Amino acid sequence: MIFTDEMLASMKKVEAARTANIALEPRRMTAEEKDALLKKYHPDYRDDAFVPIRVGGNAGQKAPEELNAMLEGRPRVLDMDIDLNDVYYDVDVLVIGGGGAGASAAIEAHAAGANVMIATKLRIGDANTMMAEGGIQAADKPNDSPAQHYLDVMGGGHYCNRPELVKKLVTDGPGAIQWLNKLGVEFDKTEDGTMITTHGGGTSRKRMHAAADYSGAEIMRTLRDEVLNRGIPVVDFTAAIELILDDQGHAAGAVLLNMETGEVRVCRAKCVILATGGAGRMHYQGFPTSNHYGATADGLVLAYRAGAKLLYQDTLQYHPTGVAFPKQIYGALVTEKVRSMGAKLINAEGECFMHPLETRDVAAASIIRECSDHGKGVDTGAGKAVWLDTPMIDEIHGAGTLEKRLPAMLRMYQKFGIDMRKTPILVYPTLHYQNGGIEITVDGQSGVENLFVAGEAVGGIHGRNRLMGNSLLDIIVFGRNAGQQAAKKARGVTVGKLSLEHARKYQENLEKIGVENQAASPKLLPDYTRKF
Amino acid sequence: MADMVNVFLFGKKYEVPSDLTIMEAMEYAGYKLVRGCGCRNGFCGACATVYRIKGDRELKACLACSTRVENDMYVATLPFFPLIKEGYDIEKIPTDESIMMQLYPEIYSCVGCNACTNVCPQGLNVMQYIAYAQRGDYKKCAELSFDCVMCGICSSRCPAGISHPQVAMLARRINGKYIAPESKHLTERVKEIEDGLCADALEAIMAKPVEELQELYNHRDIEK
Repeated sequence: MIFTDEMLASMKKVEAARTANIALEPRRMTAEEKDALLKKYHPDYRDDAFVPIRVGGNAGQKAPEELNAMLEGRPRVLDMDIDLNDVYYDVDVLVIGGGGAGASAAIEAHAAGANVMIATKLRIGDANTMMAEGGIQAADKPNDSPAQHYLDVMGGGHYCNRPELVKKLVTDGPGAIQWLNKLGVEFDKTEDGTMITTHGGGTSRKRMHAAADYSGAEIMRTLRDEVLNRGIPVVDFTAAIELILDDQGHAAGAVLLNMETGEVRVCRAKCVILATGGAGRMHYQGFPTSNHYGATADGLVLAYRAGAKLLYQDTLQYHPTGVAFPKQIYGALVTEKVRSMGAKLINAEGECFMHPLETRDVAAASIIRECSDHGKGVDTGAGKAVWLDTPMIDEIHGAGTLEKRLPAMLRMYQKFGIDMRKTPILVYPTLHYQNGGIEITVDGQSGVENLFVAGEAVGGIHGRNRLMGNSLLDIIVFGRNAGQQAAKKARGVTVGKLSLEHARKYQENLEKIGVENQAASPKLLPDYTRKF
Repeated sequence: MADMVNVFLFGKKYEVPSDLTIMEAMEYAGYKLVRGCGCRNGFCGACATVYRIKGDRELKACLACSTRVENDMYVATLPFFPLIKEGYDIEKIPTDESIMMQLYPEIYSCVGCNACTNVCPQGLNVMQYIAYAQRGDYKKCAELSFDCVMCGICSSRCPAGISHPQVAMLARRINGKYIAPESKHLTERVKEIEDGLCADALEAIMAKPVEELQELYNHRDIEK
């Protein structure tokens, strides 16, 4: 057995209290209690982890220090010999990033008749979309409405969300589900075709659609298949390392770096769509992450240097239930759907210490409090953790339910000798999502003309905290939107003379404030060599 | 600190802690991965890997991100495998077995060796889902193949040259689009939205000042 004696002793208490804990309906916190909890325990409120941005459009605002190091990094193109007259790719629409948003954008741009290509740092589908497990929200049940969805999104985001973006998210939500279903995405349905939907943290209606706990993978592989069917060129293992502007300051392409050979090529485009995703691999505040290998905030850095503004770059989402044990999958995601299906959060003493479906920021802060000031965490060898009492699921819904609805979770633990149907699992918050990002208008365009942004790289849709299932929805709604808008706009664009002058000027501004020891920027990949 | 074990990465010996995954062991040894590393958690299929334990005749397969190292493990990664992916128009294809005959005729050359099933790191019954695809039973093929991460290890072992993950992908799309029942509540809601029937309620809630919105949120009824 891989569990320690302390774990086994605590597990006995969890088992003894299980029947009572299943019956318990824990109280939800009041707005005031939540505010106080967040201020004291949520990592976003730790002042020492943030620094002020010193240059560019968001100067004076705070950012995580690891992100700021990239904003103050040295543009990679400055140390390369690049001939902008040597245009290798010439397209209407360049999509940077091969995740769910990028693939949706490319499909729609292609459908609108644009000459579109995708450049992606790893492979198409190597993205957080692939790893989204629990589901996708949309208000399509009779007891639900876009207005009800709107209220949940705004409340969850602490009313900081951009209302016009939320309006689009909730209004286009059902259409997004239908679009995916018509592409062949296999949503969980009952015999009569009714979508099987559940709650997520902070939802007031059961509107979480799923494909078992491979929801994102099912969406991503279908979108990828469609991109390939349409013959859209996918230039993989190729990172954008700088945007190219034209002499009017409009986005006009990107400098592309082959990640394997180091070869650099110029892509000219009438419109550019940044769909570069999140930042988990920046490991803000030393947190482990549930994100894919390439999640290093590259898009934020490129757009910012080109003159776009960031929004809520200081708010990150720590998913309450990251794997805390065993070590080999430390930080991996345990989907919120586990709690949607009835499993509760239990401390070392076997006590259910909170309602399992509070919003993610509140749940994460509550777990951190339980493991710190309350002193009721379980020692994992790498820190403290709480239990997620997964055997509750089959007890509530009948044997076989967990295996059918959560096959990925079951398999993930089984590979390391743990059967989560029989024993509870140990969890602790993990860096999961970039709530903020690049500011856009409702047409998907950033502050830079002809530069569109979609997916996790966008800021403002989710305010300061995103709800479960609204990210898969946002990449589809705003990915499609960006593709349609960019294709339309590209028809009227004449690209001027290509330039990287903005990167040089940005570097000059950094030198003026005396920045030293610059790291190469953007980061592209984390460095795990000779670590562990 | 965990015990150290010997692993042989592409035949070269490295000493690494025994509690690492194969992927972590490569990084511990000094590799900076570009290929063969994606989600790092068993969903993307980027890190297909084959290995043998010294003295053991059997060739095993796994995902490097989800498998612990063992002593005397000889490891080779398979970061790319040339699967056949045929293009098609999902709006126009036939939904019976004729589409498989047309796009992936090699599935009918399956010799029943079961090598695909034996190596699947997801533990899927790969040969059986190919049998369902042969018969045009896409619902069953979709069900059995649903957990596929498209790593391609099955295809690397197939004497008939079948690209199992792509066959299953086609079956799942046909099932999701044409065979699974329509969600009428979804169709109706999309129409209501297109007809502008949801706009007024949304505009009304958007017009409220934040204090009122907070009040509404804090006291909203939550579906049981």
